[in-house]
Amino acid sequence: MKLVVLVKHVPDEAADRLFTAGVFAADLTVDRDGLSCRLSEPDEYAVEQAMRIARRRMDVQICVVTMGPAGAVRTLARALALGADEAVHVLDDALHGSDAQATSRVLAAAVERLGFDLVLCGTASTDSGMSVVPAMVAERLGVPAACEADTVWVGEDEVMVRRDEGTAVVDVAVGMPAVVSVTDRIGEPRYPAFRSIVEARQKTLRTWSLKDLRIPAAEVGLGASATVVRSVTPCAEQRPALLVEGEARGAAARLAAYLTEHQLI
Amino acid sequence: MGPVLVLVDRDGGSGAVHASAPRLLTLARRLGEPVAVLPHPAGAAEVRRLARYGAERVCVVEAPETPDADPVALAVAAAGELAWQMGASVVLTASTRTGREAAARVAVRLGAGIVTAASDVRPGPDGPVTVQEVCGGAYRVESVVRGQAAVIAVDTGSVPADAAADPVPGQVEESAVERLFVRLPEAARRARVVARTRKPACRPAVSCASVVVAGGRGVGSAAGFGLIEQVADALGAAVGGTHGAADLGWCPHDALIGQTGAVVHPKLYVACGISGSVHHRAGMQHASTIVAIDKDPSAPIFRIADVGIVGDLHQVLPALLNELARRRADMQADAAPAGTPDPTGESTPDTAPVAAD
Repeated sequence: MKLVVLVKHVPDEAADRLFTAGVFAADLTVDRDGLSCRLSEPDEYAVEQAMRIARRRMDVQICVVTMGPAGAVRTLARALALGADEAVHVLDDALHGSDAQATSRVLAAAVERLGFDLVLCGTASTDSGMSVVPAMVAERLGVPAACEADTVWVGEDEVMVRRDEGTAVVDVAVGMPAVVSVTDRIGEPRYPAFRSIVEARQKTLRTWSLKDLRIPAAEVGLGASATVVRSVTPCAEQRPALLVEGEARGAAARLAAYLTEHQLI
Repeated sequence: MGPVLVLVDRDGGSGAVHASAPRLLTLARRLGEPVAVLPHPAGAAEVRRLARYGAERVCVVEAPETPDADPVALAVAAAGELAWQMGASVVLTASTRTGREAAARVAVRLGAGIVTAASDVRPGPDGPVTVQEVCGGAYRVESVVRGQAAVIAVDTGSVPADAAADPVPGQVEESAVERLFVRLPEAARRARVVARTRKPACRPAVSCASVVVAGGRGVGSAAGFGLIEQVADALGAAVGGTHGAADLGWCPHDALIGQTGAVVHPKLYVACGISGSVHHRAGMQHASTIVAIDKDPSAPIFRIADVGIVGDLHQVLPALLNELARRRADMQADAAPAGTPDPTGESTPDTAPVAAD
């Protein structure tokens, strides 16, 4: 069984000046060279889930795929350390600034070239967070998708997914091949052992260009993007605040007075 | 301005038209003539309601060959067909799981540009202009969707629902509801719902409540969440939690507020024992009024709070409960026969029957 995990190289929120300046380059794309980037956290859950599926079957091969700048090899190295068997890096200068359409096209082409039974993804990336690429890849591959799965069971030729729909918990069975995106309720990714980090260096990492995927360079990238960013403005989030300190009863009374005055209760 | 397809979702709990529909129609009116697409049959009252918010046509989609088809697959098949038939240039969905999935698939079929979690949409000379918040709400991005068609998933929490100024009476009657028959592709039939277990619900769901009381790690224990629930009941509010609290099992995962959980836009948000991580702020910073109660005066939540209380929530909240009870008693004494006012202060017909999707 061939498992393909789609991962993304995103700016590290914890490490960074995400909230100061310099996130965006002059062409209003995310400046991934200037920021410290990592494997998107929701995608770690997808890699971990692939590992768990591999534990229960003998025939599983896990391949991680990313599309991104040269620095994205570090993201792939991390995914390999977390348990993937091999990695594919789609790297091409023409891809810079691709929108969701182009991204899904490239990823679908890479997945098709690899061959797959199940494609796993995180629900949303932590930077753009559109959470549409899994369904778009599924549509391009002509397979069903089960998005935002909380639990995944893999059967012989079917994958069962449990998902929370707010008022009900729903079990969905999807015939393979299929695309599944997983939430962070599916199981914490483990921290890779030093041994597997070292072993990851020996694993295969292939780099494919657009030519390998037979996609014309003019149809992807910033120029071909259907969505054009006009402006990016930092949100001013300084509210005129009322800070109450001191003894609990007085504070509670002031809060109740504030809420009544502003007709919130 | 051409027709604008609005993919209407059904509310998972009540089975009625989802609360996002009037809001989507409100936006759709700015962009063209709204056409409501329903993947399920609708009653006369629901059709009238859609018409009141500006739906000029209502299409109900059916797949006679697959009676228990996935509503997303129905909506996608219908939107693809209708966009082609009517020459619609814009498709709007709600930015929920089903809405995003439908948006993604429709965008691929139409080769259209796609934007999700748009907090505002307005017409522009080159195509619709959308507003989004990225990087956990730190930046506001304005973009134009060029090309033949645009698919936009709207974060309807930040959009008000306004009834159309001149609803044409009787224009859309039940008899005028168009029925569209579609045939689903083989791939769409490979997914089937095996089981559906209803969850017991007593409080409003976080995603559409007008008041939310949330607790974080600072609450200290699962038992401590009982206090949060008491305050929520006193305010008629929903109970929310942070990632940390949900991971520790103190609150259910569907109460999680943040980047990977619900994104809420309540009128009042009370954060108790929450420091305000980036993850959490992304889910709640658009609340109209934020009240924060935390021991640590340097917690980032105080930077976005309208009212900050530095103190132990285990003392402040009981005091607040007492204070609220006292005020309520006073109010009852003042207007004895009239009864207590609605604790949430909001009972418009559009927000009342709301539940999560």
